[in-house]
Amino acid sequence: MIVVDHVTKTYATKTAEVRAVDDVSLTVEAGEIFGILGRSGAGKTTLLRCLNLLERPTSGTITIAGTDFAALSASELRRARQKIGMIFQHFNLLNARTVADNVAFPLEVAGVPKAERSTRVAELLELVGLTDRAGSYPSQLSGGQKQRVGIARALASHPTVLLCDEATSALDPATTEQILDLIKDINLKMGLTVVLITHESEVVRRICDSAVLMEDGRVVEQGHLIDLMRTPGSRLAELLLPINAAPTETGRVLTLSFAHDDADAPVLSHLVRDLGIDLNILGGSVEIVAGHKVGRLKVALTHPDSFEEHEVERYLAERGVAVSWA
Amino acid sequence: MKTTWIEALPDLGLAFGETAWMVGWSFVLTVLLGTLAGVALRLTAPDGLTPNRWFYGIFGAVVNLARSLPFLILMIALLSFTRFVVGTAYGPTAAIVPLTVGAIPFFARVVEAALREVAPGKLEAAQVMGASTRQIVTKVLLPESLPGLIAGATLTLVTLIGYSTMAGAIGGGGVGDFAIRYGYQRFNTPVLLMAVVVLIVLVQVIQSLGDAVVRSLNHRR
Ligand SMILES: Nc1ncnc2c1ncn2[C@@H]1O[C@H](COP(=O)(O)OP(=O)(O)O)[C@@H](O)[C@H]1O
Ligand SMILES: [Mg+2]
Repeated sequence: MIVVDHVTKTYATKTAEVRAVDDVSLTVEAGEIFGILGRSGAGKTTLLRCLNLLERPTSGTITIAGTDFAALSASELRRARQKIGMIFQHFNLLNARTVADNVAFPLEVAGVPKAERSTRVAELLELVGLTDRAGSYPSQLSGGQKQRVGIARALASHPTVLLCDEATSALDPATTEQILDLIKDINLKMGLTVVLITHESEVVRRICDSAVLMEDGRVVEQGHLIDLMRTPGSRLAELLLPINAAPTETGRVLTLSFAHDDADAPVLSHLVRDLGIDLNILGGSVEIVAGHKVGRLKVALTHPDSFEEHEVERYLAERGVAVSWA
Repeated sequence: MKTTWIEALPDLGLAFGETAWMVGWSFVLTVLLGTLAGVALRLTAPDGLTPNRWFYGIFGAVVNLARSLPFLILMIALLSFTRFVVGTAYGPTAAIVPLTVGAIPFFARVVEAALREVAPGKLEAAQVMGASTRQIVTKVLLPESLPGLIAGATLTLVTLIGYSTMAGAIGGGGVGDFAIRYGYQRFNTPVLLMAVVVLIVLVQVIQSLGDAVVRSLNHRR
């Protein structure tokens, strides 16, 4: 759906050249929710803005549904942009317009006749649950309601892609969950492809199917969440499902990842019984990630001379558990 | 025997009409042309939607130059231009020319500053929804900054009334001319005071109306 190929974006500042995005390549599949996770300054916003050409990449190409936006004329670009919705951290609603008129904006711009506009606006307000606020002004709404208007507005022209720039970062945790659930809902109902950027791992864990980790303009890890959870040493796995383990001096430390729906099967007790191993549980967590129950667990195997490492690895691998030492 | 203020009333009414005529027309022209100029400045500014270093630099310099000229000097400098446009350099209609030329640069900067207050994110949101520059100006920039524009227009109108009395001093007619004839040339202080009161009331009414409109706009947004 979206193919980003060796994209670099540099800014010339007075003192130096900033490489905001550095040779990024990634593919977003149609219908998935794709997360870009990274700290502030990692280059997420710049990368997202390259997708709809709010920024022109310094080099590299981006194609969306087979179209290279950089090759379009100004008027073709305006039409192509209508197929890519975008929502923002600070909503960017128009204060002079009512909720209904904000949602109608993209339709007005596209020259949709008035009668058709109001039908579509009513539909969208229904979808985001704001029918009764149609005549309100943005200043009269809560943050969560404002973002709902933003979502309705972004969906008005039947886009195939929705870009979200820190869409929940200005919201409290409960409202964040509601907005994320709404995005997930729309993704499922309309088969909309969603690209979201965030600095909150919670957001990625809750709704993303795939994700990349960005650092200093580069993509340092990428994949389907469910695969990443099984990847030994994955940093995304550690960010999404951190194990707050106390450091230990004794024994051989082993991290186990259960990424299937029987993540709570008694594998550990079997391990102890079948291989005659003693272990201490150091820490762990079990969460739903990308719709699957995923567990990560850190244990210390005491008496390192009482077992063979490869035997433990094989035993666990046969039972679908990914392992890494330490 | 001095003219009493009652006897001067019809004359004042006439002068008031002349003031309304020259200020009214120059206000309308200033708002139209000044808005165009202000939008042009905002769009071509380095951080505008269509940056144009040359246009912004040269046009901005012309605007600043016109603003820095005292109105009286501008008026005298424009005498032959006014004669060319209106056919005469004297009278209320002729005064419209220097008043408009003097107020446009002022209002243009007011408009530019008001438009600058619109958050860049709103413009970007409009851009990604496929809006053209023209649509962004008419549907986002101007409506979003309307309270600031109206406050600026009120200020401009009050300034125009002030300028118009100076135009009166060199034969433009109006309340300024009235005040000079009675108060300065005939030392008729009561009649002069009457002209002063009329001006004060006029300015107060305009300012209050402008403030009320701005308040009602801000109230619901
Ligand atoms: N217009 C710009 N000019 C100069 N530097 C910029 C500009 N936009 C972003 N940057 C720099 O690029 C880097 C990445 O910024 P950004 O994409 O906003 O990161 P993120 O969204 O991950 O916080 C930062 O170091 C930022 O200072
Ligand atoms: Mg950002």
